[in-house]
Amino acid sequence: MPEPILQIDKLDAFHGDFQALYGLDLTIAEGEVLAIIGANGAGKTTLLRSIAGLMRNEADQIRYRGRPIGALRADQVAGLGIALVPEGRQLFPSLSVEENLQIGGRVGRAGPWSLETVFGLFPILRERRHQASTSLSGGQQQMVAIGRALMANPDLILFDEISLGLAPIIIKDIYDALPGIVGGGVTAVIVEQDITKALSVSSRVYCLQEGRVSLESASDNVSREEISRAYFGIS
Amino acid sequence: MEWLNAVVQGVLLGGLYALFAAGLSLIFGVMRLVNIAHGDLIVLAAYLGLSTSMALGLHPLLSLVLVVPVMAAIGYALQRGVLNRTLGEDVLPPLLVTFGLSVILQNALLEIYTADPQKLSAEVMETASFSVGGLTLGVLPVLTFVVAVAAIGALQWIFYHTPLGRAFRAVSDNQDIAQLMGLNKAHVFGLAMALALAVTAVAGIFLGIRTSFDPSIGGGRLIFGFEAVIIGGLGSLWGTLAGGVILGVAQTVGAKIDPGWQILSGHIVFLLILAVRPNGLLPKVSG
Amino acid sequence: MNAPDLLVTRTSKAARTAAVLGLILLVALIAAPWWAGSADMRLMSELFLYLALASLWNLMAGYAGLVSVGQQAYVGFGGYMLFALTILGGLHPQLAVVLAAGLAAAISVPVAVLIFRLRGAYFAIGSWVVAEVFRLAFAQVSALGGGSGSSLPVGIVKSLAETRSGREALSYWLALGAGAGVVAAVYLFLRSRKGLALTAIRDNELAAGSLGIDIWRTKFLVYVVVSGLTAIIGALIFLQKLRISPDAAFSVNDWTAFVIFIVVIGGIGTIEGPIIGTLIYFALRETLADLGTIYLLILGLVAIVVMLRAPKGVWGVIRDRFDLSLFPLGYRVMPDPGSREGR
Repeated sequence: MPEPILQIDKLDAFHGDFQALYGLDLTIAEGEVLAIIGANGAGKTTLLRSIAGLMRNEADQIRYRGRPIGALRADQVAGLGIALVPEGRQLFPSLSVEENLQIGGRVGRAGPWSLETVFGLFPILRERRHQASTSLSGGQQQMVAIGRALMANPDLILFDEISLGLAPIIIKDIYDALPGIVGGGVTAVIVEQDITKALSVSSRVYCLQEGRVSLESASDNVSREEISRAYFGIS
Repeated sequence: MEWLNAVVQGVLLGGLYALFAAGLSLIFGVMRLVNIAHGDLIVLAAYLGLSTSMALGLHPLLSLVLVVPVMAAIGYALQRGVLNRTLGEDVLPPLLVTFGLSVILQNALLEIYTADPQKLSAEVMETASFSVGGLTLGVLPVLTFVVAVAAIGALQWIFYHTPLGRAFRAVSDNQDIAQLMGLNKAHVFGLAMALALAVTAVAGIFLGIRTSFDPSIGGGRLIFGFEAVIIGGLGSLWGTLAGGVILGVAQTVGAKIDPGWQILSGHIVFLLILAVRPNGLLPKVSG
Repeated sequence: MNAPDLLVTRTSKAARTAAVLGLILLVALIAAPWWAGSADMRLMSELFLYLALASLWNLMAGYAGLVSVGQQAYVGFGGYMLFALTILGGLHPQLAVVLAAGLAAAISVPVAVLIFRLRGAYFAIGSWVVAEVFRLAFAQVSALGGGSGSSLPVGIVKSLAETRSGREALSYWLALGAGAGVVAAVYLFLRSRKGLALTAIRDNELAAGSLGIDIWRTKFLVYVVVSGLTAIIGALIFLQKLRISPDAAFSVNDWTAFVIFIVVIGGIGTIEGPIIGTLIYFALRETLADLGTIYLLILGLVAIVVMLRAPKGVWGVIRDRFDLSLFPLGYRVMPDPGSREGR
């Protein structure tokens, strides 16, 4: 079996004194689309932030292509080809749409994504390229956030709740664009509250519950009942 | 006519104050840090200019070629070595550390240069003047003002039209997410301080040419810079220029009324504006 | 099985021991005019007055979060009020000192209204500007000597006490009273409900506000009271010096820089901190004073290192290490030594 692109080994994570992740084990194969579901507070965002380098962890707890990255800074992790689309978009208010995209490309990795191709994926952004990024609608801001991550030409993209706060039709539009994103062999991790959506776009799914993995399964081979039990921790 | 002259002189003086304030404004904009040692760093630049121009026989303005990079390097080292550790939620550490820095700088300068007042001599330029419509304008004040406008214009350009400026704005908006863009925030803060001290170096040289200086005047320069920033409004560089001009005019007009009232007038106008428009005239960020 | 009987108490063995020792020390200090020489008494007076200034600054900065770099405004104001009320107003010095406090508190009200519009470091510099305004304003008052200042006339000095040793003793007792009084006042205040509110604000302003504590009012009150008390100290300082000038009265170095160093090195946000800090500061000064500017340089360096490495100061380190509290503010829960279970 080929080496997983990301290997997580007994990952612990803390917010101050509060422990958010308890010895998490997780594997991600290259090129796959992995879904991570769970209730609020289950540790999903903490997991993504740990991978992205925004939290301090032990070096060996997170391995990227075999290399321990757990203790690296976020800017170092970005340079290795991991990009995060953060929860709540978190665009830079002082930057225009175009500047948000440009700064996403700062890492300077080679690849198919550039301003032109991002505008090709989300044409509405081209019209609004010079506007303040926070003056856009929620759905458009999500497009900017995704585009910003793409500009880094990552090999691994982490999507943190991209449907949060968006109308269903907008969510549909964004998820329709997903194949265009992951088609090129990019690995994607999708954290979602919308379980149906998460299962429909992914090949495998993990469920987190209070900082631990409560379920791992192929997305097309799991029952609603199993998910409910894993989600809420009822056995 | 006398009054018009006072106002014009005040406007030109405002250029010097804007130079004092530009570095303060930049640092606050990028990392929300107020450097209490800022005035002493201006004085440090003046002394560096003194040593450089004396050792190499240079005109003080030429000494800028050396003093600007040296001050920028000092800024980078200071930020990464000491000040980065003070950044965070608590307002006490940066305040107390920069205060300690201020005391260290003042006394180090006292040790090395003694308390004797010094001056950078620019010979002809100091007294040269020309007439415009009945007013006599000194070459030095006009040059200072032009340099101040150019410096602020350059800073604006950097902030809004270069990748470095984008980095500054991004880090100032959201430190965490900025790191996801591959920005090492310790390095970015270091660059911001380096840039701020580069401008401060220019301020110090022009200060030294204009008046005599000694290690103790740092505090006063910090206050002038601070007043210019507050009057103009936090977060706006052009506002800082406006603030400097208003402060300068307040001082020169006050001096016209009574020479002993020069500095006091500036303080009073500052307090008035604080009372009436606490966010300044052109604010982008509230205090 | 019964739950063990618990005792909820504020005091501890260490605190009680310290209280007893402190009382003994206080008695010895009161008796100083009989066993100490003039120079020693002057030194101790200076120490007590600095202790008072440091405790007050600590209350404002360490508890109310108001970091002021301009308290010299009130030190100088107090000194000048003393001179003005005695020389121009003909009042007895001791009455003048008390009145100075009231006047300072009054003038601190509009000052607070103004500078409370600024936050954090900008508040600090704003307070400095106010001090500069005071300095420049008093330098314009020729009746009090203008820029070069004035001396306290002999007649007023004599009205304190007939003999020189009497005046020295009185000065000393006033300083001791001020130092001990301020520390006691701060302690009692922090034990009270208002003090608890202040500590809550210090720990988490947002949470405190949501509990219904009026943050602005509380900070405002602290600022006014501290300013009034600082003016008393200022008046006592210049009563000792017998001479005042704008630069001496409103000196940033003397009345703010040293005070800040004392509090930071001793331990900000604790009552014991200013005491330890004052002792350390004077010990350093007596041993290193010959070095002049180098001494100040070292002081600045020490303050920076302490702030970066041990932000809670010397007392903070001691307290965390030994779980010690000589001025107990919090409550402890321990097994009741009086009951059978707790033995």
